[in-house]
Amino acid sequence: MTTLDLQYDTPANPGNLTDDPRQRAPLVTGDNDFTSVTNKVARLAEKWPDLWWWVAFFIALNLFGLLQVLIGYLVLTGVGVWGNNQPVSWGFPIINFVFWVGIGHAGTLISAILYLFRQNWRTGINRFAEAMTIFAVMCAGMFPGIHVGRPWLAYWLFPIPNQMDAWPQFRSPLLWDVFAVGTYATVSLLFWYVGMVPDLATLRDRATNRLSQIAYGILSLGWCGSSRHWHRFERAYLILAALATPLVLSVHSVVSFDFAVAQLPGWHSTIFPPYFVAGAIYGGFAMVITLAVPARKLFGLEEIITERHIDNACRVMLGTGMIVFYAYSTEFFIAWYSGEHYERFVFLNRATGPYAWAFWTMIFCNLIGPQVLWFRQARHHWLGVMFAAMCVNVGMWFERFVIVITSLHRDFLPSSWAMFHPTWVDLGMLAGSFGLFFTFFLLFCKFLPVIAMAEVKTVMPQAHAHSGEHGEALPGEDAADYRPDPHWVERR
Amino acid sequence: MADEAKIFGVCGEFDDVTAAVRAARAVREAGYTRFDVYSPFPIHGIDSAMGIRPTILPWIVLACGLTGCLTGLGLAIYTMAPPPEFTIPSPWGPIPGYPLLISGKPLLSLPAFIPIVFELTILFSAFGAVFGMLLLNRLPMLYRPLFRQGGFKRVTQDRIVIAIEAIDPQFDEMEVTAFLSAQGAADVQTVDK
Repeated sequence: MTTLDLQYDTPANPGNLTDDPRQRAPLVTGDNDFTSVTNKVARLAEKWPDLWWWVAFFIALNLFGLLQVLIGYLVLTGVGVWGNNQPVSWGFPIINFVFWVGIGHAGTLISAILYLFRQNWRTGINRFAEAMTIFAVMCAGMFPGIHVGRPWLAYWLFPIPNQMDAWPQFRSPLLWDVFAVGTYATVSLLFWYVGMVPDLATLRDRATNRLSQIAYGILSLGWCGSSRHWHRFERAYLILAALATPLVLSVHSVVSFDFAVAQLPGWHSTIFPPYFVAGAIYGGFAMVITLAVPARKLFGLEEIITERHIDNACRVMLGTGMIVFYAYSTEFFIAWYSGEHYERFVFLNRATGPYAWAFWTMIFCNLIGPQVLWFRQARHHWLGVMFAAMCVNVGMWFERFVIVITSLHRDFLPSSWAMFHPTWVDLGMLAGSFGLFFTFFLLFCKFLPVIAMAEVKTVMPQAHAHSGEHGEALPGEDAADYRPDPHWVERR
Repeated sequence: MADEAKIFGVCGEFDDVTAAVRAARAVREAGYTRFDVYSPFPIHGIDSAMGIRPTILPWIVLACGLTGCLTGLGLAIYTMAPPPEFTIPSPWGPIPGYPLLISGKPLLSLPAFIPIVFELTILFSAFGAVFGMLLLNRLPMLYRPLFRQGGFKRVTQDRIVIAIEAIDPQFDEMEVTAFLSAQGAADVQTVDK
């Protein structure tokens, strides 16, 4: 019986946090088979929700209601109800837009990029990360829609032949945004839905009441699990992943063009596209963790969303956090190195001007707080993980605040400098957008399969056929199976 | 023997992947062509066991992607830099372009159109992948004879079913039933249309 210092899992529950390179850690822990995985996940959509769900849903629905009332107030009154002014004409709506669209990126990263990289651990969290993407993009899409001032003319954004014989300006980054975010929302929705069809069929086949039989029956399109269908399904899924990967990189690049194509100091920078994409994944993973850590406990999914999933997500956050740190440093260095008067002033003003509190909040939340994740103890305790994730959630919002507000409020001409003060409508809409997000997310948790059951089954050892003469494993065949090595389990 | 015109086929259940893959291979090697393996997840290696040929889906996606690319290019070029003496006709009259001269920049500014072209390429390709897949799989099809078979409900959870259909030229109810049982299938049953 050797004891290794690496092991943190309790003997009762052999987990999968090993870093021992001699074996692969199992992706699904505990004593699970296809039946138990199906039961654990499908049960969530079948049973009456727990009390905590109702409390959370009540709060979320109220905030969502607040958002709708405020949008009504805005439309009836005008954009003057916001704190937006000249020169700060973008204010909260654009901050919130960039914040939410950034959060969406982690979902596609998990579902597409990690799929292409054969990171099979993604199967445990990809479904709800994709759902998170859809709802975050809904929140994001709403803000520019109401920011245009006359939302009833928002269709002017789209290239529709009209009686005015006018077309949108295809050279404008704002129109690129319409196409990028529109495509992103559509492709994410397709990706999410297509991946969900086999699991909806599972719910259909388990449904006991007529209403859910009909609803899941229609949604699952008559999926029957035919291997000939699976063949085309898997190919379509692979192609969608390959399409979504450049797409997700392009979307936040295009969002960053909204800033980078302008001549404003602090915005006019070639580092913006990669910097925004890294920041988006950083903030998105923070939201994935914010949702996953409570969800795995409350839904009893600890054996499918394992500690290793959380650990991996923390590592992705650390990595992207470093890129963000590098981008911040480069911005400051280039501002100094360029010798450009206005550029230097803007960055000095960020760190020492009237919005220094926002800048230093951002620095603390994005660069200092999450560093606790370097410690294994922090990564393996919900408190450490949630602290880091919350830091990043706040920090990434403030990053957008700093970019939008500090660059606008003091530009070239000191006589037009002004301060930006958010109104109660601004704050209410920010809170309301969380209401919109969580209302849909909680409904998703109740009615749809929160875990990609079919995909999880493929990474379980039972899913692999053995090709030996009598059905036994050939040498080396189990190495790829994520089967816990019996010696390794025994050692504890 | 029942009237074969009213039979959909014969199906047998497996609860072990290795046995199912083995049986699928045996079914193909016995010469059956109209059969299928129904499983809760894609089984690794089933394609070669069943002799499934690669799908043409990637070509559909390529065609859709090229269409999207040309649509993006056409839309941006036509509206921003309309060719002289040409307008697109429509039932409501010609649809003219809308050239805007801004800061003396060229009307035909291709680099600025790239994001639009790229996004439309991706959008059309994604539509091609999803709807092409559904079309090739003949989905949605809400009713299938197999759905009436009680045990088939477990196929989306934890069972694997192999069904040999009556339209197979080699089909004979007795023979197929015996054959599937010999492959280790449990609960071999005839499914009516």
